[in-house]
Amino acid sequence: MTSNGHPLPVLGASKHSCSSEPKNEVEEFPADPDNSPEQEVEARSRREFLANMGLAAAGVLAGCSEEQREEFLRKKFTELKPAEVAERIARLTAEVQKKWNKTATISSAGPMEGVLFGYGLDLSRCIGCRRCEYACVKENNQSRDPQSHWIRVLEMEKGRGVDLEMGNPYYDPALVPDPDHFYVPVACQQCSHSPCTRVCPVGATWMEPDGIVVIDYDWCIGCRSCMASCPYGARHFNWAEPNVPAEELNTNMHVLGNRPRPKGVVEKCTFCIQRTREGRYPACVEICPVGARKFGNLLDPESEISKIIKQKRVFVLKSGLRTEPKFYYFYGL
Amino acid sequence: MTDDTKPGPAGSEGAEHLALSKTGALAPLLLLAGITLFAVLGFIENQPPYLPVEGVLAAVPHSPSEFPALFDKDDSLLGLDGGGTDGGMVAVAGPPFSRNIFPCMDCHGEADLPPNPVRRELVDKHAAIKLINHDEEHRWCLDCHDLKDRDSLHLAGGELVPFTESYRLCGQCHGPQYKDWKIGIHGKRTGYWNGAKRYLLCVNCHNPHNPHFAPLKPLPPPVRPHFLRAIDRPEVKPPVLLPDGGPSTPLGTGVEPAAEPEKKKEESHDK
Repeated sequence: MTSNGHPLPVLGASKHSCSSEPKNEVEEFPADPDNSPEQEVEARSRREFLANMGLAAAGVLAGCSEEQREEFLRKKFTELKPAEVAERIARLTAEVQKKWNKTATISSAGPMEGVLFGYGLDLSRCIGCRRCEYACVKENNQSRDPQSHWIRVLEMEKGRGVDLEMGNPYYDPALVPDPDHFYVPVACQQCSHSPCTRVCPVGATWMEPDGIVVIDYDWCIGCRSCMASCPYGARHFNWAEPNVPAEELNTNMHVLGNRPRPKGVVEKCTFCIQRTREGRYPACVEICPVGARKFGNLLDPESEISKIIKQKRVFVLKSGLRTEPKFYYFYGL
Repeated sequence: MTDDTKPGPAGSEGAEHLALSKTGALAPLLLLAGITLFAVLGFIENQPPYLPVEGVLAAVPHSPSEFPALFDKDDSLLGLDGGGTDGGMVAVAGPPFSRNIFPCMDCHGEADLPPNPVRRELVDKHAAIKLINHDEEHRWCLDCHDLKDRDSLHLAGGELVPFTESYRLCGQCHGPQYKDWKIGIHGKRTGYWNGAKRYLLCVNCHNPHNPHFAPLKPLPPPVRPHFLRAIDRPEVKPPVLLPDGGPSTPLGTGVEPAAEPEKKKEESHDK
């Protein structure tokens, strides 16, 4: 097999081609057109090639604006040093200022010691009024149009029980609760064994030590693998640039939470990380008119959620998948 | 079945069989395909949540700003002293009195209005208060309200309880709910999950004279996926600085609101 007549690279055949014809790798990417002699090609190492590429990239980047350069060279959130986190917050704040002409307070508060967040939802109280859906939109700066709702309240038939496939999120009677139905609000279940974080090809989503599954919106590539893997439909994709009017923007933000998200990334509930890491209840808990939503520290035996788990009939959605959600549904009655 | 053309007694018989089975096999197959098609179409048509042929169209996006009364006030931290592991202060909301009704003794303390302990239907004052779904057969006003001190309630044993502690009165009968309320399982709490909280009294949610939680009008449903605007249009207009250097104009959405959904609405009706 001559080097000129080398077939197209075949997946799985690289091992063979590498061992028998080590030059191919270089010849496929000729660094310089006038370097035809084979010795010279051989002398060029991959390292050199990459270094040249790096220089070229640097040259291209020199022509870019500051933001574009930062965007290109940015790192994963989990690898950032504190100073770099501050840089990112400064960039985000500037972006908010530029787009909405508002000054945002973007926190990077870390998890509290000895805290594992858990959520309880009393199905015998929920009346399906959808207050939580809209409070979540407002708190977390979700797009108004195209609309994005992290919480879905599913209407279910009383005779059928919790049957997620038959849940209807589009119910609209004059008054709720409808006597023949009950309601199951579903958002991110904050799984301990979260399939979404496992399938992410770039490591842009992970579980924080306090149990909140977060997304690095600057690192997400928008492949939507996590959405396919989520059994609860809890992740939402920004098909278009999210639209939040300036007067409705919530300027109390967290860098892993309700900061503005760009088009083309996946977003989800973070237990209102910007609130809960300050000790406050999530927005959906505060708005619920029937007090069906409960939130607290699973590691604190005196917390509301711990007491619920001990005393009530608690279940999680799709427990057979062993995702081990930290979102517990229960019947208070 | 390759030997069906071979001559011979057995062969001819086989050929006959085959001819029969050829036409015979096609008919049930077609029938089956037809039934399956009808079943599938019928199934699709009868899927309630996913097609807007029945029920709610859910084509127009709504925003929380349409409900300012619900979402604009943020007083959940009012009067709370912050978070922290020490537990913090617990505030209980005040009882939901009607306007100008408390203190009761302003009227009931007057000399020409002596206390009347006889159970009766009220006709002159408080006639609108009717017990509904609260054991109206056996209960009446003075089972909870105190005869002599109208500014207080009383427990079954006669102990006076202020209106701000009415949960003790409710807890006499509703023990499990009272127990759950005290540890935060029943009822709404706002504030800090790790600190100061505000509880609600039972009567903040349950009208003591008609305790069933009053039904509410639900907020509008989310937009169905096929009505979601997923193409790019100018989203948020860039801020425009006013000539006098004042604050910039509020940013519009840059989108004519119901133009596109209306169009799609018609299409879906045609279906």
